[in-house]
Amino acid sequence: MSQVEPSMSLSSPRMHLQLNLGQKTGLVLGFSGLLLQILAFAGVALPAPVLVLTLSLLGMGGGILLYGWASYQGKPAGIKNNGVWANSLSNRGLWGWISTLAITALYVLLYFFPQALGQGSNGAANTGLVGLFDPLSQFLKKQNASQWFVYGVLYTLGILVMGFKFIWKYRHNRYQVIRTCSVMFFQTGIAFLLPEFMQRLNQPYYDFKNMWPLDYDFFEENQMQYLLQSGGVGLFMIVFGVLMIFIVSPVLTYFYGKRWYCSWVCGCGGLAETVGDPFRQLSNKTLKAWQLERWLIHAVLVFAVLMTLATLFAIFHKNPTGYYVNSLGMAIISACIFGGLALLLWFRPQAFKGLNPQVKVAATAILAVLVLASASGYFLGNPDIFFVPSDWLKAWYGFFIGAIFSGVIGVGFYPLFGSRVWCRFGCPMAAILGLQQKFFSRFRITTNGGQCISCGNCSTYCEMGIDVRAYAQKGQDIVRASCVGCGICAAVCPRGVLRLENSALDVHTRAGEERVIRFGENGAFIEA
Amino acid sequence: MHIVIIGNGISGITAARHVRKLSEHQITVISAESGYFFSRTALMYVYMGHLRLQDTQPYENWFWEKNKIALKRALIQKIDHHAQVLTSHEGEEIHYDKLVIATGSKPNKFGWPGQNLGNVHGLYSLQDLEAMEQGSQGLKRAVIVGGGLIGIEMAEMFHSRHIPVTFLVREPSFWNHILPHEESEMVNRHILEHGIDLRLGTELQEILDDGQGKAGAVLTKNGERVDCAYVGLTVGVTPNIDWLKGSALEINRGILVNKHLETNLPNVYAIGDCAALREPQPGRKAIEAVWYTGRMMGETLAHTLCGQPKVYDPGIWFNSAKFFDIEYQVYGQILPKTPDDQANLYWEHPTGKKSIRLVYEKSSGAIKGFNLMGVRYRQEVCEKWLREKTHVETVLQNLGLANFDPEFYPQHEQHLLEKYEQQSGKKLPLRQKRGLNAVLKFLQKAKS
Repeated sequence: MSQVEPSMSLSSPRMHLQLNLGQKTGLVLGFSGLLLQILAFAGVALPAPVLVLTLSLLGMGGGILLYGWASYQGKPAGIKNNGVWANSLSNRGLWGWISTLAITALYVLLYFFPQALGQGSNGAANTGLVGLFDPLSQFLKKQNASQWFVYGVLYTLGILVMGFKFIWKYRHNRYQVIRTCSVMFFQTGIAFLLPEFMQRLNQPYYDFKNMWPLDYDFFEENQMQYLLQSGGVGLFMIVFGVLMIFIVSPVLTYFYGKRWYCSWVCGCGGLAETVGDPFRQLSNKTLKAWQLERWLIHAVLVFAVLMTLATLFAIFHKNPTGYYVNSLGMAIISACIFGGLALLLWFRPQAFKGLNPQVKVAATAILAVLVLASASGYFLGNPDIFFVPSDWLKAWYGFFIGAIFSGVIGVGFYPLFGSRVWCRFGCPMAAILGLQQKFFSRFRITTNGGQCISCGNCSTYCEMGIDVRAYAQKGQDIVRASCVGCGICAAVCPRGVLRLENSALDVHTRAGEERVIRFGENGAFIEA
Repeated sequence: MHIVIIGNGISGITAARHVRKLSEHQITVISAESGYFFSRTALMYVYMGHLRLQDTQPYENWFWEKNKIALKRALIQKIDHHAQVLTSHEGEEIHYDKLVIATGSKPNKFGWPGQNLGNVHGLYSLQDLEAMEQGSQGLKRAVIVGGGLIGIEMAEMFHSRHIPVTFLVREPSFWNHILPHEESEMVNRHILEHGIDLRLGTELQEILDDGQGKAGAVLTKNGERVDCAYVGLTVGVTPNIDWLKGSALEINRGILVNKHLETNLPNVYAIGDCAALREPQPGRKAIEAVWYTGRMMGETLAHTLCGQPKVYDPGIWFNSAKFFDIEYQVYGQILPKTPDDQANLYWEHPTGKKSIRLVYEKSSGAIKGFNLMGVRYRQEVCEKWLREKTHVETVLQNLGLANFDPEFYPQHEQHLLEKYEQQSGKKLPLRQKRGLNAVLKFLQKAKS
């Protein structure tokens, strides 16, 4: 073999993206629909708004549907990743940057400059893009649109049409098909249509699948009063929300892992799995990124919990015998948290073995901060957390986490850092579910003996940036806090090595050490 | 002690990693091919745009320094086993205390006229991939010679870039010296479904010059001419040991090693594709050029190098591959033609893209092997059944234990029981469906 330095051409294959007629037509159709919205945004007076809105939504939705269908039709079912790294949209090329700028700009306008989108302020009529959506909003809930309605429509449309594309792409894989139907249903039915219809019926706006702490102002006073004012339905919503947090979520996470929420129900997850699918390979797989992830996501969780505590104190400080939380309630909640931890330590000590000492120190410090913060606020009768007014905390959380992190960066940066930036680095809900998944869940990804060929498809296509291969090639079961159970690693594996499974047996022993090959009297075998 | 490993493929790197786990010896891994270990089996995905080259590297670059494994880029040309010194292409001398040769394979060439023309390559190394990448620019048709695993990979690669492929297979059916008839036919159909110009029973006669020293067309032994500007030679591999010819190492097709993977020279070992076992186990070949045996040899040798001698024993045969969209797994011994003392149980899905084959001994009923197409089975379970010579009826009734398909996939175990009823007249109930709980309980029983 001659000593040749491989040239750069291998790192950027000279593949030419060939679009077929259907894909080209889909693109033209989609961009035409988008153009109508851009015209509306630019303030161009458009005749027949109902017609224009219908045409633009049909154009965008239909264009993507056609593009998706044309991409895979006529080809045998199977993994369809040809040219992913040769496409400038999905390899951080020109189109990737253009889309990043466009989506980021949209989020900045949505959160901070809704007037620029045409949102009427102080009772003024909507104009521009928001105005374009008035007819649809009137049709659904007999109110004019807001920038959030526009966002909701586009978000839902995106999940639906890109969900269809995803299903068509993975039509050979029943897990993917059913899972994608689930996120499409929860977004369209539960997150979008149900709340809109509830408003039409003069009931409160409530997204049943949005849970604290992702829904960080769930416990906020205004929100509680808003729900309670509408009587029985609102009370039901509060009870439902609390049940979700303390009963439904822990039980489901114990049995199936956090995937029941993150890749089957959640709206952020739904967007990531559908609209974000072309970008999943862009997540960072390095050890450094994992370290950053652990600090960041748990910091956000602590921030969210502190803010919520502050909110709760504020409520029952003003209303000591109040409706929602009194000292008994506080005691019960604390007992649940610490009792749960104690039970975990007692019954699952193996879950904590092999844990990095730094992690133990960090976890203890975080708990101490939370306990001190709660105690100081509670016993001093002061609604502040460490003398920081709770509304400050909430405002800063809303700005940095709610808007910048989850929206602008979380979605806007899809084409740069992959589709799960928010879910991986920021989401406090994912953090809680992840802690439970790591220490108290039956869910793991099992690896199939010694069949791994270390090719790297699993790691590359992991949207959460988990180096799946590192485990697979050692034959270890994978128990990772961040895994959302999308199942794509198992789908893209060319050798049938990975499987998403649930069982309470041996979770942590099988995830422990290198298990590929051991030596016995009868030769090499895999240790059971 | 300085352990020098020539070759940074799966065998050499596994040996290095395990030596490090077991000892503090100085380790140097030398490669002429690449700066860092990458997964050779993943090269196809780089060409197809699924992965970047760096994605095929199983370890981040800091890993090697952290684990004190020195990586050296050099082409070794000579071993002086008396002085225990290696000499590189550039004349550099490297002393070793123990030497591991893990130089892998090179593509076969069988003396065809024109086989050394430009744009005629096998697919083994990074450099082969590079040649394929360059040869693909403006390519109107590629011809692939040789119906094995690399041939079909190459067909898939060209196909991913919309380059028409003519696939010459000498045998009357794809890979039929390994696959039983039905599975081989299934792959034939699938190749055609992808629009590949598959020519079975067709041998290469000659590669014609395009007038500029490059491939311009091929002639087959049937007298057909296929115009093409790239020829892929994928008729198997042979140990990459030309550089050792004339040395004191005992060599036949590969470097001869004993059961401890020792060569005839003191302190020199050989593992992976380039090693030929003097006494392979019954039913096994002296050279098994697959990823898995390379990895096992690497781990075995590491123990020997660190003073805990281990005998190389590859255990129960297993392998896997993917033919375009159809995954293939095998556990145990599946012969293309079932011997007379064995019986087959074969089920094929109506789509013709999935099948399950169980082979067992007629007299004792002991299970001999599993052959899976488009279906995933669990290695640990199959191995346990095979090792314990479990009766086929027990296997059938518990077949769900082996099922490794994703959740919600249809389970086909019942069909195998029906086949068995048709063949034997015995109606057996399916006792075990797919599920990890039962699997773990079953596997735990092994320990007692």
